[in-house]
Amino acid sequence: MTSLSQDCDKEKLRSVSVDLNNDSSLLIDIPDALCERDKVKFTVHTKTTLNSFQKPDFSVSRQHEDFIWLHDTLVETEEYAGLIIPPAPPKPDFESPREKMHKLGEGEATMTKEEYTKMKQELEAEYLAVFKKTVQVHEIFLQRLSSHPNLSKDRNFQIFLEYDQDLSVRRKNAKEMFGGFFKNMVKSADEVLISGIKDVDEFFEQEKTFLLDYFSKIKDSTAKAEKMTRSHKNVADDYIHISATLNSIAADDNTALKQHLEKFAELLEKLRKVEGRVASDQELKLTELLRYYMRDIQAAKDLLYRRARALADYENSNKALDKARLKSKDVAQAEENQKQCLLKFDKLSESGKKELTSFKGRRVVAFRKNLIEMAELEIKHAKNSISLLQGCIELLKVN
Amino acid sequence: MSLGSVRNPPPFLDSEDQEPEYDTGDLDSDDGEEIFTGTSNKPFVSTPPETDPSSDIFSEEGSYTVQKHTAPKTNGVQSDEELDLFAEATVELTLTAPNSRGRKEIIGPTEPLSTTVNTHGKLHVANTSNKPSEEVEEEESGDTFELNIAVTNPEKMGDGMNAYMTYKVSTQTTLPAFRSKTFSVRRRFSDFLGLYEKLSVKYNLMGCIIPPPPQKSVVGMTKVKVGKEDPSSAEFVEKRRAALERYLQRVVSHPALLQDSDVQEFLEREELPRAVNTQALSGSGFLKMINKASDAVNKMTIKMNESDNWFESKLQEVENEEQLLRRLHASVDSLVNHRKELCSNTAMFAKSVAMLGSSEENSALSRALSQLAEVEDKLEQLHQEQAFSDFFTLTELLADYLRLLGAVRGCFEQRMKAWQRWQEAQSTLQKKREAEAKLLWSNKPDKLQQAKEDITEWEAKVGQCERDFERISSTLRKEVHRFEKEKCRDFKHHIVKYLESLLRSQHRLVKCWEAFLPEAKAIV
Repeated sequence: MTSLSQDCDKEKLRSVSVDLNNDSSLLIDIPDALCERDKVKFTVHTKTTLNSFQKPDFSVSRQHEDFIWLHDTLVETEEYAGLIIPPAPPKPDFESPREKMHKLGEGEATMTKEEYTKMKQELEAEYLAVFKKTVQVHEIFLQRLSSHPNLSKDRNFQIFLEYDQDLSVRRKNAKEMFGGFFKNMVKSADEVLISGIKDVDEFFEQEKTFLLDYFSKIKDSTAKAEKMTRSHKNVADDYIHISATLNSIAADDNTALKQHLEKFAELLEKLRKVEGRVASDQELKLTELLRYYMRDIQAAKDLLYRRARALADYENSNKALDKARLKSKDVAQAEENQKQCLLKFDKLSESGKKELTSFKGRRVVAFRKNLIEMAELEIKHAKNSISLLQGCIELLKVN
Repeated sequence: MSLGSVRNPPPFLDSEDQEPEYDTGDLDSDDGEEIFTGTSNKPFVSTPPETDPSSDIFSEEGSYTVQKHTAPKTNGVQSDEELDLFAEATVELTLTAPNSRGRKEIIGPTEPLSTTVNTHGKLHVANTSNKPSEEVEEEESGDTFELNIAVTNPEKMGDGMNAYMTYKVSTQTTLPAFRSKTFSVRRRFSDFLGLYEKLSVKYNLMGCIIPPPPQKSVVGMTKVKVGKEDPSSAEFVEKRRAALERYLQRVVSHPALLQDSDVQEFLEREELPRAVNTQALSGSGFLKMINKASDAVNKMTIKMNESDNWFESKLQEVENEEQLLRRLHASVDSLVNHRKELCSNTAMFAKSVAMLGSSEENSALSRALSQLAEVEDKLEQLHQEQAFSDFFTLTELLADYLRLLGAVRGCFEQRMKAWQRWQEAQSTLQKKREAEAKLLWSNKPDKLQQAKEDITEWEAKVGQCERDFERISSTLRKEVHRFEKEKCRDFKHHIVKYLESLLRSQHRLVKCWEAFLPEAKAIV
């Protein structure tokens, strides 16, 4: 049963972002992952018909930090400044189920054995779900890269897929990490930069306004959706306790009430499974969707920043050229600089426009798919609950 | 006039096999006759409307007709909560319909529990009533009587710290013991407590299980007194109103209590003398506390020579059950809280999605997101109503039964005390006999007479104690059986009601999402 649901979930989660892994010239997936204490080791499996790779079919073991390295390397590559770099997968977070497991262990004495077993099963399922989700998120990151015409050809990407040794030598050392921190500071300055200046280009101006606004809204929605699905889970868990206590009472009872209580307890046990599915489906379809596109919009915003910086560079180069002309010194160099900046800026604008337009389309399609699927699942689960409830009510009324 | 066209018809529901078991010695009934004879199947005879003002609760312009039940108007404590609670309540009450015995249900998030008391005409006196076997299933004979009680219209009287809430207690009955068919009075909480006190005093020694009233709550009442019109104080008032209603319904469903003059007075009499000994800080309050303490000590020291194992095992059962019910109550309470949390989180999410939708540039998606926000709004309401249902159907039921089980335990304790009294009387008798024997030996004829009289007196007392003990034992046995049957029925009824509320929620869920689906599909 668990393996089946795993597959189902795999399918469902993959649908957060659409149109991936269609190109058979480069197929990537993560068939397996190992979870040790704090580290997750992903098995990245590649199947390719491209000559640029040494073998047509191979696998490597990668850690989360390797993915982050790959992402950051791509971000820092000048050539890709005009592209939306797929957002880095978030760090695997087992904090929540671990904490709950701890609490459960503490409260073991107060529950019946049956109750404890059920709660433990629930927690294990939750742990498994987090695990599956993190695998999916990492997989999607790679698949987006492989399906992008430019990024799939990146050398570092190839190394990531192929290099059969540990990548840690290439990973950020302390100095680079520092650099990363500095970069973050620069980024927030960029935010001020682009939000302040009005863009000449109508398209980019609109995009900027939209993305800035939308980002804050979607961030808020993601947080609220998370809280909502957590509450849902709590309700489902409560059913477990109630069901277990009812069974205890029924065990001691010798009157006609015994049967009623047992039926009720049984029903609650079934219902809580449905409620649990409702909560997890909501998580996958709604919360994950919002979360993913929140990160994607951040990546789009990053593109806008880069363009704004390029524009600033261009304007600076113009000023420098004017100054050089005034002083009649290094004019050729300044002219060259200015030309380069303009070139860079134009290239950025052109590819940026393309990327942002396709991003729009992608986003709407993904939302549509997920909202439809979520609604359909909710209906399915509700109908399931209805038939369970009706069955039980009938049984109770008959007796 | 506060009601206008709004009536609070009494809620009632079907209750099939209610069998009253009487200890006939307690009834002042005529002997050998079925007292209530010749009653028709039509519980409510269409008589002209009573002229006393309180009769308008159940009727409108003289005909007992269907009423649409909307929120009771109260002064001081009116809240959205209350309106919500009764918004969907409809009562179909066609009193003149020959086949309907006037029993339909009030549907709504807080379905007030009601019982139709079928006091079967088996108030058999003298010979036939002492049925030892409890398996006597009472068939629904033609002589059934109805007594329906509703507690409604909480109203705040007075103000400041002297304020108090009064509740309208409406009764609808065909019992001839009452002066009219429908009537209502206003009572305050201490009146209910006073009734309980009176009944305890009377029936405690007989082994009857007296339903305990709802608990006092200083915090809750203070808030109401201070006049804070927030949802929590409205919720408190509603909780208390429902609890008082259930309390009265349990009282009248006990066949002996139904006949009790104090109960009848409580239901009927316009003005009741203020029950002052129910105040927590009164002299009698302290006395009660002291009594309780000494009882607790006594309980530990009485070691009863149980001749009948039934009592011992039953008491153990009761105690176990109480423990489990407490746990269940805590779990259901947690469920209620989590659902309330879910409700507020859903509301926040709905708002957030609405904002998201408004900043969405794709118009179809924007529309879909706004729709999603609306769906979530509806879900929030759904969750809130479900939380209410969880609470009023399950949590309160469990709380009631925890108190009832406490009362049952109290009866067992009373029996033990009766046994103790018997034992003490026996030992005193023994001492008197020994004294007499001593006197015989020492030859003091004048004191002998006294001693003989003492012995006779104490023999009588011993006999009385023994009879008392026997009686309390047999009554207790019957009461426990009655209690168990009622509990079984009560629980079953509430479980079904709860499941039906869950079912309704799920149906509405389906509707909400099915309405949303086309919007989602329309996104381009």
